[in-house]
Amino acid sequence: MAERTLISPAQLSRTRGKVLYWTVLAVVVVGFTLVFLGPLYWMVTNGLKSTEEFARVPPTLVPHSVHTANYTAAWKVMDLAKLLFNTLYYAFGALAFQLVLDVGAAYSLSRLRPVLGKAVLGMMLATLMIPAAVLVVPQYLTVLDVPLIQRNLLNSPWVIWLPSVTNAFSIFLLKRFFDSIPQEILDAASIDGASALRTLRSVVLPMSRPVLGVVSIFAVVGVWKDFLWPMLTLPDPALQTLNVGIYSLSTGVPENHLIAALAMACAPTLLIFLVFQRNIMGGLTAGSLKG
Amino acid sequence: MPATAAEDFRRAFKRNLTAHGFLIGAVLCFSFFSWYPMVREFLLAFQKTEAGTTRWVGWDNFRHVFQDPGFWQAWRNTLLFTALALVLGFLLPFLVAVVLNEFRHAQGYLRLLVYLPVMMPPVASVLLFKYFYDPGYGLFNRALGVLHLPAQDWLQSGDTAMLSVVIASTWMNMGSATLIYLAALQGVPGELYEAAELDGAGLLRKIWHVTVPQTKLVLSLMLLMQIIATMQVFTEPFLLTGGAGPEGSTTTVVVLIYQYAFNFNQYGGAAALGLCLLVLLSGFSALYVRLSRDNES
Repeated sequence: MAERTLISPAQLSRTRGKVLYWTVLAVVVVGFTLVFLGPLYWMVTNGLKSTEEFARVPPTLVPHSVHTANYTAAWKVMDLAKLLFNTLYYAFGALAFQLVLDVGAAYSLSRLRPVLGKAVLGMMLATLMIPAAVLVVPQYLTVLDVPLIQRNLLNSPWVIWLPSVTNAFSIFLLKRFFDSIPQEILDAASIDGASALRTLRSVVLPMSRPVLGVVSIFAVVGVWKDFLWPMLTLPDPALQTLNVGIYSLSTGVPENHLIAALAMACAPTLLIFLVFQRNIMGGLTAGSLKG
Repeated sequence: MPATAAEDFRRAFKRNLTAHGFLIGAVLCFSFFSWYPMVREFLLAFQKTEAGTTRWVGWDNFRHVFQDPGFWQAWRNTLLFTALALVLGFLLPFLVAVVLNEFRHAQGYLRLLVYLPVMMPPVASVLLFKYFYDPGYGLFNRALGVLHLPAQDWLQSGDTAMLSVVIASTWMNMGSATLIYLAALQGVPGELYEAAELDGAGLLRKIWHVTVPQTKLVLSLMLLMQIIATMQVFTEPFLLTGGAGPEGSTTTVVVLIYQYAFNFNQYGGAAALGLCLLVLLSGFSALYVRLSRDNES
């Protein structure tokens, strides 16, 4: 039996308590299924309807005739394969950059403690105080003409990857985790003659799986869900992300095809989520407030 | 001895070299894509660029923005969104978490359901809601019709557009808040409820006197986070109503920043507006930092 909660076990074991418990449970299960699965069901089935049936009043609950052709047509016309590939390419590229550069920075700030390290950390954490929406305009102007190297990063994957590294929250989570590793373990490694990189690779990182998982989920989900930044910086239709691509094509295709496309766009993450639900939900809640 | 001093220095130098080597990549990224844009934001707000030449204009951009009738409307809309989002997006997940925490069955399934929309691409959720809101064939008006309630104009009327945006946004985002509250509720010691019961406390009083105080820190952090996030809302109104909405009823401050920058090409105005938002939100972020530091210790 789990830890007792709001309602006392004695109350729950009475007949009245039992009836009430099962009634509330049933109402909530049915209500939640309708509210959260209902829209998904609507999406999948309406994507299967013919144009005539899609517009029918009142709407049909189960499609009378199944048109899988909607899905294949939407897949081709909206080039979902390419949009999906682009998004994954940006997301995992951003993940790689964050894992290398942010882990390196957090390790250095936590364990190697360079001169001015405290000031650098302070300046990184200060960026958390700036609302992201405020920075979009000057960031956009910056990537149009990056100072010193004078490059225009528009329509290149770097425009997603490099700014994603400026994730002070991930650096903060990583640093705090590295801080908690006992000094003796690291001393032992350095007595054995391990270099800083070697210590990081073979001692620190294997111990840091949980926090690396959290940071990785943040990195991938961040790119997967972003809309404004990729819309501004990747205007070329061939390079767009799933979110931006579907949005820009949403007015030009038949409605049942668009719905089919939405269903397909949701499928991959929902599948990944169902498989890894424990890690994802645990990681996001742990990382967001306490860690 | 001088020899060891030199040796020490050499070692310290080497250590610093390695340390900075690990740090440099992130520092460069921060310099180009975070710190420099931050400085630039301040400069832009006091500059004007016309025909390729940039000059200092003092507070002109601010004056110009303040005179824009859309400015005050954007603030009103943003505050309305934040207020509605607090009622729906802050209270609802807490209530859901309190109820779910009582269940001995199906809890995993319910958790999964609440969190599903968080994993969907936001554009997909938003476009779905656009279909549901359609006054003609939309699902919502049909449901109201079945219940013999009057049909609504949803996104098409200035009165209900913002509420519609909030409902969609709550559906999309409430999963993460719910899970955070559930985690916090698991930390409430059961003895406190027992003690309250001995004092004759009913359900509501137990929630008010035990659950809320025991989760106060998480609740206040989430409240601040919600305020900071909802004051910056952009994607939902932009996608649901094209940003402005009927009679400009969904133009939020960030939508207005977007319009200044990318529709009117007035980066100075956008930056001035951004600074106003920054000043307003910095109070909340400072409070957030202080609270989470207390949480640490």
